[in-house]
Amino acid sequence: MPPLPTDQIGRAYPADTYAVGREKVREYAAAVGETNPLHFDPAVARDAGYADVLAPAMFVVVYCSRPFLTALFDPELAIDFAHLVHGAQEFRWAQPVVAGDEITTILTVRDISERAGLRFDTFETVSRNQRGETTCVGTWSTIIRAGEEG
Amino acid sequence: MTLAPGDQIELRVTPDRYVTVRYAGASGDFNPIHIDEEFARQVGLPGRILHGLWSMAQVARAATEAAGGDPLALRALSAQFRGMGRLEEEIVVSGEVRSVQDGVATARLEARQGDARLIRNAVAELRGG
Repeated sequence: MPPLPTDQIGRAYPADTYAVGREKVREYAAAVGETNPLHFDPAVARDAGYADVLAPAMFVVVYCSRPFLTALFDPELAIDFAHLVHGAQEFRWAQPVVAGDEITTILTVRDISERAGLRFDTFETVSRNQRGETTCVGTWSTIIRAGEEG
Repeated sequence: MTLAPGDQIELRVTPDRYVTVRYAGASGDFNPIHIDEEFARQVGLPGRILHGLWSMAQVARAATEAAGGDPLALRALSAQFRGMGRLEEEIVVSGEVRSVQDGVATARLEARQGDARLIRNAVAELRGG
């Protein structure tokens, strides 16, 4: 395994802002099998006190997708895609997200280590809405197997 | 809805053969191992496999439904990804509420497909305990 880019630990990537669209919330909710009308019907969502359709909790993967992919494709991190797997994931939610919100996410490299021939990378995302309130903090753990076949 | 220690959680879902295509579009994860049968086989997989985060979303749904269906009930969810999820085979998400403190229930969950555990050691924190 090539040397670990441990000098990248602690690095924060530039903030990425994602505009939450009503149809994207509906598309995501349908793709994961959600049926609650709060995710689909703006009238039902407004009656419940939301400005527009409510994003499912796991919609966080949509607004964090670009920062996560930016890190995975960063040559400085030297990630070997052919041997990359998503090992673990953790999310802690703080504020609801609705269509019309603008979510700004900052991704930080938390750890890069090696154990038993495997490389472990841990990334943290902190996402905030347009009012500066934290919507979700995510911890993304990837595993890279040693690439014997090059 | 009040959750109590020992409460059981279960959700069954069978991913149809195009769910990974829809999820790729919805999530932005277009890794070809999920959407291209030929590519998946070329890299040694049995065929297209499910996105791990789609499977985690099923665990999130199971936990949310157990808490009475309020989408904001889910405060935190962690999961470890293991086996490869196949299309058109039933997934069973199961779990149990382990403890309740200050109105927050902690549940342990996993997602199985046949003999494969797709998600293990999942922990959900739910309002409504």
